[in-house]
Amino acid sequence: MSDDQETACGKKAMTPSDPLETHSIKDSLSSSTETDEEKGAAWEDRWDHQRQAAAERSPGVDGNLPKGFLLQNRYRVLTVLAFGGMSAVYKAQDLRFSKAKRICALKEMTSTASDPAVRSMILRNFERETNILATLSHPGIVQVYDCFTEGNRSYLVLEYVRGKDLEAILDETRGFPSEASVISWAIQICDVLSYLHSRERGPIVFRDVKPSNIMLDGFGRIRLIDFGIAKMFQGSKKGTMIGTEGYSPPEQYQGISDPRVDIYALGATIHHLLSKRDPRLEPPFSFHQRPIHQTNPRVSPELVEVVNKALAYDACDRYGSAEEMQRALRGLHGARSVSDPDGFSLPADGNKPIEPRWRFAMEDEIRSSPTVWNGTVYVGAYDHNLYALDAATGEFLWKYATDGGIASSPCVYEGTVFVGSADRVLYAVDASDGRIRWTCPTEGRIWSSPQAAFHHVFFGSDDRHLYAVNVDSGRVAWRFEADGKVRSSPHLGEEAIYVGCEAGIVYAVDTGGDLRWRFRARRAITSSPAVTDAMVYVGAQDKCVYGLDARSGWLAWRYRTDGPIISSPVVSNCIVFIGSADNHLYALDAESGRLVWRYGTDGQVSSSPVVLGSSICFGSVDGGVYSLDAETGDLRWRFQTDGPVTSSPAAADGVIYIGSADRHLYALPA
Amino acid sequence: MLTSIVRYLRRFLGCEPAASAARSPSGEDSQSTPGRLQLGWVTDVGQVRDHNEDTALVFTAVQDGDDEYPGFGLFVVADGMGGHRAGEVASSLAARTAVHQITRQSYLPSLLGSERDASHPALTEVLIDAMQAANKAVSEDVPGSGTTLICALVLGTQAYIAHVGDSRAYALTDSGLEQITQDHSIVERLIASGQLTREEAVDHPQRNVLYRAVGQSSTLEVETHVRKIRPGEYLLLCSDGLWDLVGDEDIVDLIRAATSPQRACENLVAAANEAGGRDNITAILWRSPLG
Repeated sequence: MSDDQETACGKKAMTPSDPLETHSIKDSLSSSTETDEEKGAAWEDRWDHQRQAAAERSPGVDGNLPKGFLLQNRYRVLTVLAFGGMSAVYKAQDLRFSKAKRICALKEMTSTASDPAVRSMILRNFERETNILATLSHPGIVQVYDCFTEGNRSYLVLEYVRGKDLEAILDETRGFPSEASVISWAIQICDVLSYLHSRERGPIVFRDVKPSNIMLDGFGRIRLIDFGIAKMFQGSKKGTMIGTEGYSPPEQYQGISDPRVDIYALGATIHHLLSKRDPRLEPPFSFHQRPIHQTNPRVSPELVEVVNKALAYDACDRYGSAEEMQRALRGLHGARSVSDPDGFSLPADGNKPIEPRWRFAMEDEIRSSPTVWNGTVYVGAYDHNLYALDAATGEFLWKYATDGGIASSPCVYEGTVFVGSADRVLYAVDASDGRIRWTCPTEGRIWSSPQAAFHHVFFGSDDRHLYAVNVDSGRVAWRFEADGKVRSSPHLGEEAIYVGCEAGIVYAVDTGGDLRWRFRARRAITSSPAVTDAMVYVGAQDKCVYGLDARSGWLAWRYRTDGPIISSPVVSNCIVFIGSADNHLYALDAESGRLVWRYGTDGQVSSSPVVLGSSICFGSVDGGVYSLDAETGDLRWRFQTDGPVTSSPAAADGVIYIGSADRHLYALPA
Repeated sequence: MLTSIVRYLRRFLGCEPAASAARSPSGEDSQSTPGRLQLGWVTDVGQVRDHNEDTALVFTAVQDGDDEYPGFGLFVVADGMGGHRAGEVASSLAARTAVHQITRQSYLPSLLGSERDASHPALTEVLIDAMQAANKAVSEDVPGSGTTLICALVLGTQAYIAHVGDSRAYALTDSGLEQITQDHSIVERLIASGQLTREEAVDHPQRNVLYRAVGQSSTLEVETHVRKIRPGEYLLLCSDGLWDLVGDEDIVDLIRAATSPQRACENLVAAANEAGGRDNITAILWRSPLG
């Protein structure tokens, strides 16, 4: 929906405009502004804006015909279907057929321009559009019945298509349109394009394939509408630069118009339909940087391949013709209907079975995350025990029994394992033999995972305090009083300690236990903050991921997911990774909070991801342990356990250790 | 590291179990408190154009006193386009609208120490809203025009940046000049997609074709960045009249050699003029305070 605009200073901008705008007018005008450039000709867009503004202010004037208005003594206006730019579309009744209620669409073009030259140009373009349309006959192209001019308004009488355009359908669809429907539409569009491209009187390049120009009727049939910029393709002659921002191929911006322009735009349209990411909101030609499966992993790789080929930067790498693309789509269609009925399949690598190095059975669910230190894995279980296992073999070394379930993850510091229990006590246990060193009782259950630094261990309790405890003596150095239960695990930064609480507040507490700042989210913060030198990242049960200025607590950005967040973020390479109860793992740009990719599982992701080199690993309540490519979000492998995986993985020496509610601790090759 | 441990241990000695609110700014804190803002800006018509369609807008506030309060800086560059003097009207209107919105939504509330709260918009959201407001104002009041717009909000040492178009933000750090923003230009996209080399782009006919600008459509997609500008580092905002004609290395040298950010801006603009000054030239340079 855009055009190039040239201005006095020579700087140009692409203008998204109304879907019904008649681009052919701009076509002629832009050439006039070019010659006029140095004099400072105004953008031709100017009266679009004025008119649009005028129309918004006072509907019913200026080309906006009232209901019941009669044209040519034959067409009675029923309602306005669309209005914008220099044209309007009305639903009208053709009174010539007195016995039947024949409905048609009236496309009206008005000139409010005082300049007679401009007005005649509009008329010429109108005639051109009409003449092209009148010579076409294809079930996928909207039919022209009549045309006429009244005063400064010209009208095109068109077949009225009962239905909606694909853009409207996409906006109204929750989730994604089915792969089968998209393939069916694409095959039909190929058919129309093939007709246009191979016309005897010279190919017509539609040049504006996009969802809003494709109507779908009640029978699943598509029609191309708005031939505003369709123009005769004349050898290698360069046309003016016009095209829809987002759907146009690179060469269209160089003024080249070739049938393969439509192939690209069709690829872009399918990409938009399948990924639900509007290319008009993305940088041009960036389809390859945001693969369809990032937002919609269920699309078959074969279809993705067809779309990618249509979207090749270089026109020579695309399908050579609409027929060729159609054949590819038909091939898919057939292949798909015999196997893989739901269209879901894993990438080739994802099918490789993952064999655990070992697994170890406990007496109850493992919700705590393991810690690896010095060749030993430490993990707590709901069976009250803290276990120590040999990291290489999974062999049992020792266990320490507490009086409550352990959901807190242990930490090891200077040869001591610290772990909190639902029995309200923090335990310090010798890492080598499991003998108790000291205990630190609190007044609430401990779900927060302790963190140690500077000879102190820090953790939260359901008694609403953050504790700082001396690692040697177990003496409480200070307690910081929070506004709610502290289940979030503290992050120890260079300058402050960051922790959340169930009352929805994130605190930055200095190393003396004094408050520096606090930030209030809308719901509980169970997630533990991740911190860089500039920013604090945290998830909240209000579904948002927050990026806060580490120094001041000011909210820099937020990203809304579709579910509460319990998972703790991890930051790597300027990307924040975090899971949500909406079943996805998210990768967000750390600087802007913008979505880089997200990956869907079949269960909530409350596990906190861990980065291992170029991959990211996490568990899902669907029982799976996932390893994804951190940059692209592509699945590397998936391992299925027999229970929800809320435990977060620990990694050491190429092995991932993770617990499952199926009571097992697994050691998986990373 | 050692000093922080010492400081840390010192704090533990004699500390109370319960939190106390009293504190005094430590040495490190005062380092980040801006004293005098080190800031400069220049906007210049150049050598070829007969009028300046660029706008530079600078809004700063500094609290001086014992109580720690970070400096507030709002820097805006807009490069307008459109005939019959619509360009400068658009760039000025866009800049003023954005600053009005940002000060109202972020600066004024912060003066009374409003709580950090998810019910307030995030700072990047404030910037995006401000850019949208500028877009609306330009579309309505200066139809047929357009403008680039880059806004940088500096609070303490953190810079929040939003932009549309090809006016740029750079950070000058010890490791050199780093371009923070990506131009919303067709050529930049062609380069990113491997269709064009940087060298070919220099005289590409669509060198100045933007695919996003203020005043061009009812919706505006805005790019945002949050960047820490460490003490002693610089933040540079400029229009294409500067970066198109002065190379990165020259920009670095000119800034480093100058005695003040203002002098640096003057020298940058002079360099662009020497190179032909074929467009309007605007530069705003801020140095993160050393304390």
